[in-house]
Amino acid sequence: MRIGIPAEIIAGEKRVATVPEVVEKLIKLGFQVAVESGAGDQANCDDDSYRAAGAEIIEGAAKLWAESDIVFKVAVPTTEEVGLLREGGHLIGFIWPAQNPELMQQLAAKKATVLAIDALPRMLSRAQKMDALTSQAGVAGYRAVIEAANAFGRFFNGQITAAGKVPPAKVFIAGAGVAGLAAIGTASGLGAIVRANDTRAEVADQVKSLGGEFVKVDYEEEGGGSGGYGKVMSEGFQQAQREMYAKQAKEVDIIITTALIPGKPAPKLITAEMVQSMKPGSVIVDMAAERGGNCELTEPGQSVVKHGVTIVGYTDLNSRLAKQSSTLYGTNLFRLAEELCKAKDGVVNVNMEDDAIRGLTVIKDGEITWPAPALKLPAAKPAVAKPVAVPTAKGHGGAGTPASAGKIIAIFGAVAALFLLIGAYAPAAFLGHFTVFVLACFVGYMVVWNVTPALHTPLMSVTNAISSIIAIGALVQIAPPTMLGLDRPDEWIRWLAVAGIALTAVNMIGGFAVTQRMLSMFRK
Amino acid sequence: MSSSLVAVSYLGATILFILSLGGLSNPETSRRGNLYGMIGMTIAVLATVFGPRVTMAGLPWIIGAMAVGGSIGLYAARKVQMTQMPELVALMHSLVGLAACLVGFANYIDPMAAVGLSHAEKAIHEIEVYVGILIGAVTFAGSLIAFGKLAGKIGGKPMLLPGRHFLNLIGLVVVIAFGYQFLHAETTSAGMTALTVMTIIALLFGIHMVMAIGGADMPVVVSMLNSYSGWAAAATGFMLNNDLLIVTGALVGSSGAILSYIMCRAMNRNFISVIAGGFGTGGGNPAKSVGDAQPVGEVVSISAAETAELLSDAKNVIIVPGYGMAVAQAQHAVNEISQFLREKGVNVRFGIHPVAGRMPGHMNVLLAEAKVPYDIVMEMDELNADFPDTDVSIVIGANDIVNPAAQDDPTSPIAGMPVLEVWKAKTSIVMKRSMASGYAGVDNPLFYKENNRMLFGDAKKMLDEILVALKTPA
Repeated sequence: MRIGIPAEIIAGEKRVATVPEVVEKLIKLGFQVAVESGAGDQANCDDDSYRAAGAEIIEGAAKLWAESDIVFKVAVPTTEEVGLLREGGHLIGFIWPAQNPELMQQLAAKKATVLAIDALPRMLSRAQKMDALTSQAGVAGYRAVIEAANAFGRFFNGQITAAGKVPPAKVFIAGAGVAGLAAIGTASGLGAIVRANDTRAEVADQVKSLGGEFVKVDYEEEGGGSGGYGKVMSEGFQQAQREMYAKQAKEVDIIITTALIPGKPAPKLITAEMVQSMKPGSVIVDMAAERGGNCELTEPGQSVVKHGVTIVGYTDLNSRLAKQSSTLYGTNLFRLAEELCKAKDGVVNVNMEDDAIRGLTVIKDGEITWPAPALKLPAAKPAVAKPVAVPTAKGHGGAGTPASAGKIIAIFGAVAALFLLIGAYAPAAFLGHFTVFVLACFVGYMVVWNVTPALHTPLMSVTNAISSIIAIGALVQIAPPTMLGLDRPDEWIRWLAVAGIALTAVNMIGGFAVTQRMLSMFRK
Repeated sequence: MSSSLVAVSYLGATILFILSLGGLSNPETSRRGNLYGMIGMTIAVLATVFGPRVTMAGLPWIIGAMAVGGSIGLYAARKVQMTQMPELVALMHSLVGLAACLVGFANYIDPMAAVGLSHAEKAIHEIEVYVGILIGAVTFAGSLIAFGKLAGKIGGKPMLLPGRHFLNLIGLVVVIAFGYQFLHAETTSAGMTALTVMTIIALLFGIHMVMAIGGADMPVVVSMLNSYSGWAAAATGFMLNNDLLIVTGALVGSSGAILSYIMCRAMNRNFISVIAGGFGTGGGNPAKSVGDAQPVGEVVSISAAETAELLSDAKNVIIVPGYGMAVAQAQHAVNEISQFLREKGVNVRFGIHPVAGRMPGHMNVLLAEAKVPYDIVMEMDELNADFPDTDVSIVIGANDIVNPAAQDDPTSPIAGMPVLEVWKAKTSIVMKRSMASGYAGVDNPLFYKENNRMLFGDAKKMLDEILVALKTPA
């Protein structure tokens, strides 16, 4: 089948749905790839590079749409674009079915099969490689810091120069989702002091791992919503949150806000008073500008200066890093293509049994299949079984927990009975040896527990060498002083003893030699 | 040399043997410990040869036998590869067992041994002979089979005869019955029949016991046979009224027993169930029991070049070697990689699970052979808590010892076994030849974790490729 890559027509959209490196991989899957002439120009991918990767370049959107079985897009398609879509064709890209019911109707009327990359069930770990929301948010988070640095009049990192000391910039990041975390990493990489907050307390560790400091809201409430977003919080919490933001606004130089709640306008976190309280020259980057903004004074799409504070409300952060965004997005789509075309024969199979694909598919052959039934997987899986209580006994020194009193009494009783039995019947000579034997077992027990586990192999080979002490048994048999009046089968005994000596000598010499060889290898 | 002198020489030898084992508590003192062992052995042998119980007529025989056996031993010790240590040790155990048998037989046909014994003493002496030969024969046959399994001459799969516990029980009953007959035998030749039958049964029992044990349980078996060879020596000591043999045998026996215990605990297995054979006494197919809890997620593979990239970006790396590293002879390549990374300031450490490999401490010896400094080779307990701060953990040819199911899945056959928590590292890389499961036959959810990558291929070849990729600047 042929995959078509049209040029994006929305103003300000510089991304393209695939890049030449990905084209090669798509072709390996068995697809043909056609790219509209000039589609990648703004993402630094010219027609020649696509051609070199094996794609066909087609002039004009109309021809491209008409000749493609599958269309890969970035931005939500416009009405004209839907008009160009072939009857019964496939379309993959951002759709936002909840916000665009009319678009859905138009596409359904075209008998199309539409996979909305934004409808991916993100909690499937298998789906992560296709998660374009994540990849794009990461890029946007990075770019937000770059925009902030651009608008900010000072260094990010603290420096001590001949001309004086420069304090590091303080950056506060509201919302530690994918974009927020990317921003934290980028800002701390530039040397700023980074603080971050999120209604989901569990992200605190992630914030710390990227070099940020997690600022808590002084109020108990759990804020985890579905699919990795936050949810609307209670009034009491919001009050406490506002106080915390007001405090941060006075202290920091840069605020980057990323707070979004699915299907709702962005929460207003930064009020006009907070902006006023900020130091002149401070910067706010409002990544939620497209959905109304987290700051009251944000003007979507614009960078404005109010009360001496630059408020960046760009809604095209991804297009401002078009090559990177396109590469990641293209890879996400390629991974999706892999899932759709497991046979690698260039034919897509929209398998509605597959959880990931079922979630993505919003229209199947003209029939609206959105929203997909809720996945049972994450809910049905009970909070992963508690780790089995692993015996806590530690390396050396015997059992970790003392045995129960009853057990000890039982063992002592058994041993006492055994000793009584032996004492009652065994002759004195045997008892002497028995004493030695039992004591030697105890000495062995004490000594061997001190052996470091690293030396267990040498321990075995040295004990092996030592156990060849059995040679003494053979030695004393080979030619004892003769005792008169006894009919002794000397020949037999001698040969048995000689064989015994030879066998144990192998052990004795070999065992010590190999132990020596091993031990000489252990070095610092 | 008077018999008192011999006695104090034996005492000296005993002390030296204890010091020898004590020296192994630390690599620094271990070489001295081995030296003590050699001195002790020399003293014991010389004191015996020049003592009152050996006449000069025996000297040529002794020297001849020692020379032959000693040169074979020395040759083997020089030539053996470190990966073959388990085989060598198993083979040597069998020699001790065989020697114990021979000494026992020689002692039985020697009328001098029973001179001047009272009736009760004679009975005890005969029991000692009987038991000594029994243990010796079991050790001999069991070790030979263990050697065959370790050397790959016999398949590693447990051989489970129908009603095997019953067979063993019958063997035991027969051995006891013949023991009774042996004690009441009028003449030496009559006793000989009973003794021979018992020896054959003991040999069969030894073969059967080890045949029923699976490859992964080999560390337990090897250390158990180590213990048996000690008990055989102790039994011989009782037979000959020789305290040196008793003490030494007891030292070796308890050492082997402790090692078996450590190995069993490291696998969270009951010693009895290991000896009883197979994996899981149910005797069924353990893999099925987890059938409906198939791990979710998917296996992501990685190339050697990408691995090299990950490694060069890492600050903390933990390498977890397993039997696969020994099979592929990859320890030198591992060392070169760790050296290269350490020179670049990466904190590279090795995490050793107690049952990694085929005998206790196997991995440590291999790494030492490759000149990995022992202070970066850690025990499981020492570094298991450090995985969350680790950037990359590499698992080389190990499976069950890094299986998270042991902690998460109470129904898993290996539930509760302590494991190295490699999945807590930022990225874990598993080097494996294929997706086959480990010896326990359990699927490993680690392979399906998000932060896990699989590097398929021969460990040595892959490590060499990683090294090349590391050395070529990107």
